[in-house]
Amino acid sequence: MLREDIIIHIFSGWRSFLRKCLFRVLRVGPIPSHIAVIMDGNRRYAKKKKIDDMTGYDAGALALLHLIIYCMELGVKYVTAYAFSIDNFRRNPEEVQKIMDLTMESVMLLTWISKLRSVRVHFAGNLQLLSADIQDAAKRLMESTAGYKNFVLTICICYTCSDEILHAVEESCKEKWDDRIGIMGYDKGNDYERLIKVVDIEKHMYMAIAPDPDILIRTGGEYRLSNFLVWQSSCCHLSSLGTVWPEFGVFHLVWVVLDFQQNYRYLAKKKLQL
Amino acid sequence: MKSQKWSSSKMESERRVLSFFIFKWASCYDILLLMGGDMIVNILIRLTWHLLHVTIHLCYFAINIANALESHLISKGLLRRYKSLHISKLQYLAIVIESEDCRTSNVIELLQWLADLGVKHVCLYDKEGILKKSKDFILEKFDGATLFQENDVLLDQPLMTLEFASFSDGKEVVAKAANVLFMKYLKSGSTSSYQGEQIFTESQMGEALKTVGGNGPEPDLLLVYGPARCHLGFPAWRIRYTEIQHMGPLKSMKYGSLIKAIYKFTMVQQNYGK
Repeated sequence: MLREDIIIHIFSGWRSFLRKCLFRVLRVGPIPSHIAVIMDGNRRYAKKKKIDDMTGYDAGALALLHLIIYCMELGVKYVTAYAFSIDNFRRNPEEVQKIMDLTMESVMLLTWISKLRSVRVHFAGNLQLLSADIQDAAKRLMESTAGYKNFVLTICICYTCSDEILHAVEESCKEKWDDRIGIMGYDKGNDYERLIKVVDIEKHMYMAIAPDPDILIRTGGEYRLSNFLVWQSSCCHLSSLGTVWPEFGVFHLVWVVLDFQQNYRYLAKKKLQL
Repeated sequence: MKSQKWSSSKMESERRVLSFFIFKWASCYDILLLMGGDMIVNILIRLTWHLLHVTIHLCYFAINIANALESHLISKGLLRRYKSLHISKLQYLAIVIESEDCRTSNVIELLQWLADLGVKHVCLYDKEGILKKSKDFILEKFDGATLFQENDVLLDQPLMTLEFASFSDGKEVVAKAANVLFMKYLKSGSTSSYQGEQIFTESQMGEALKTVGGNGPEPDLLLVYGPARCHLGFPAWRIRYTEIQHMGPLKSMKYGSLIKAIYKFTMVQQNYGK
């Protein structure tokens, strides 16, 4: 079945109707504005189903597609997915190349979806580590969808939070360099005035396009952030699910949102205190 | 004939009048029905939402009962697999406590449990810095600990080392470190060659953080004692690969749950992206 057919299938039929009814019920309570996901467990899924790893990743990409559609229907405005970490370059080069091929295919599919549903697509990460063709395709997609505001999908690729912080510090230094007049000679031992502030670093983050996430979901039964949105997740509801990513479905999303609604008041209070 | 015509026209007009009133009445009835129906639908939706949340509460209630029972069995030493903990795997433990629940008596009891288990290095974090303010009191009441010094190496020591942290040790410290790097950047003199290239490395960032007192060890495990699963702004640079476990409120902490959390950590295998 072509991916386009799958999308049309998701949007139509009695399943879509039931899903919309369920989401209507969820909307009685607060709906998260930004959901982030660590899509863990694709290889374990492949092992369980006795298929090759790439088919597992393909299933993972399909699960992400479903999540995007569910979130659009639910009223979530921002979705961020951890697609590929800088640490993942340590994998087998053949596996990395196949993931890059899948990424290219996904960029093409996202181009089609973004036109269908006015989705802004943003790629967060050190894109210079990607091959030239993927970089160009990603940049073209970002430029062509920059005007859409209803829904923002961020794909974190070649991303780690430590690299993001470092990049933001570098950009802040370059920006402040232009204001250096009057600053030279300011360094008096350890007594220096703060020139770069937290707000300067935050505006240069790859993730500056979206507010801090309300929910961060990790599948695969793991309980760590693996260098993903650690800076942005101070008051974020961290949800760890035992299911592997390709098996993530609408009921998992409903469970996570209900869990978030249970803790909403507490987390909203903490956010205000920041 | 004339009378027949008249009677038929009278009937016609009566029919029209009757139809008019029926129509009017039907319209009002339809409106009332629609309003009432819409209200009924809204009530049903709200009831369903409340029912879903009651179901979640019941699920968590059942899970808490099961956890309490398991914790009791663990603390009595009746569950074999928790009897031997490979505590040496836990080099550095961080504990995040909700500031409103920071009762020093509970904190000291928790530290005593950790000392009994053989944990050597602990970082206590709360967002508001209440624990930091009470550090002298805690160190006085809890005999088995000394204050962690920044240059301390994580070796086996007779006494537990305690570090106290708060929200101000997170993003603000990174901004300070950014200024240290900015000073280096200014002193280097040239920027034109830096366009598009990486200026700083992660190790330089680490050194800068050390200079401003923000480069404590990265915890292996972070236990969250609070109402929600959330790290509440623990310094981002330090929890990139840290396992995060939610333990519930501090006032209902259990020794068995602590053992279980540490046991689960010791069984984890991290790939670090591979």
